[in-house]
Amino acid sequence: MTGAAIEAVGLGMTYRSRGGNRVLHDCSFRLPAGRVCALVGPNGAGKSTLLAIAAGFLRPAEGTVRVLGLTPPDARARMAFVAQDKPLYPQLTVTETLWAGAELNPASWDQATAERITEPLPGGAKVRTLSGGQRTRLALALALGKRPELLLLDEPMADLDPLARHQLMGALMAESAEHGTTIVMSSHILTELEGACDYLLLVDGGRIRLGGETDDLIAAHTLLTGPVGDLAPHTVVESRTTGRQLTALVRREGPVDASAGWETAEPSLEELLLAHLRSPDAPPLLTPSADTRTREAVSAA
Amino acid sequence: MAQSAAVEFRIDRRSGVATYLQIVQQTKQALRLGLLEPGDRLPTAREVVEATAINPNTVLKAYRELEREGLVEARRGLGTFVTRALGGAAAADDAPLRAELADWAGRARAAGLERDDVSALFTAVLDKTFEGDHTG
Repeated sequence: MTGAAIEAVGLGMTYRSRGGNRVLHDCSFRLPAGRVCALVGPNGAGKSTLLAIAAGFLRPAEGTVRVLGLTPPDARARMAFVAQDKPLYPQLTVTETLWAGAELNPASWDQATAERITEPLPGGAKVRTLSGGQRTRLALALALGKRPELLLLDEPMADLDPLARHQLMGALMAESAEHGTTIVMSSHILTELEGACDYLLLVDGGRIRLGGETDDLIAAHTLLTGPVGDLAPHTVVESRTTGRQLTALVRREGPVDASAGWETAEPSLEELLLAHLRSPDAPPLLTPSADTRTREAVSAA
Repeated sequence: MAQSAAVEFRIDRRSGVATYLQIVQQTKQALRLGLLEPGDRLPTAREVVEATAINPNTVLKAYRELEREGLVEARRGLGTFVTRALGGAAAADDAPLRAELADWAGRARAAGLERDDVSALFTAVLDKTFEGDHTG
């Protein structure tokens, strides 16, 4: 799998209903195909807007987005989008919903995959009688049954119980393992995505502040504790001084000076995200595969 | 894929040990205990991620590491197979060393030691015995 699943350049979006609030501003990134990507950020950061634009449900006010090399409407047959409110037809039963999925996606529909997901649901039950978690299960069954190349999921796990969450996350990972499906999952609860995602997009203030392979993003940073000292030439994401002690999360520029007497550690993903969220002025970091300005890097990735 | 996998992995997200390393360590442990033998097939990436909900690349990274250490071999289209045992049969259920250790553990318990005491004692002796060795 090579090429980009999503490539966004200079996306901008303003909602008049939110008092002209700019939701996205000069938002650029690339998501290579075959990745499982966590789309994280605080409430109102623009995660849902970004997903809706990629899915072709919203047209950006500025900028362009290509999905699987096409415009979002042209790519619609090859992707699936599960919106946060899990829209389904309330008067249809579970079985009828899958039937509709098969009719609407005749070229790619995989009934067996869809039925594996809906197995715990009563087939004759109408959608309107299902609980929130059951609806999520049915919506995911529709999305997976379509056998998409790109799966966009907005807060997919929010109303699932722990067992269903584990089981459905397992089903998503199996889909990715077997078919190389690119998956984007938004959430503001990082722990539910940590293990499952190998790619990260942190949206904050309408743009991408961290983008790339999770391992590489973590490895680019170091947690320092020790005596107060000069942190140059490293890029300081966040630093705190308590008495004589300094605690800092830095983006390394070259090796850390051993003579300064600092203890160094690799931050956890959560520490990395929190440090960036607390420090809105820290410069963004996109790894070569996520940066739209490094075109050559994609084929090498 | 006629033959089913010989082991399954248990992932502890709070352990602080990288997930791929947990798979590497559990595979080695199974090799030491004789639960995995040469010729056995490791579970496919799909099987592992479906059961554990971890990222497929994590499994592949662990398998690459095991392959690099010469313990397993990927056969195209067939799966990943164990090529070498670890630590001989000394750790197998019926091995004499194991029986002696079981006997010792029983005596420690009879002497009034708690599980944590026994574990601490064992670790202390282990550390002393293998002092200076590199841990792998």
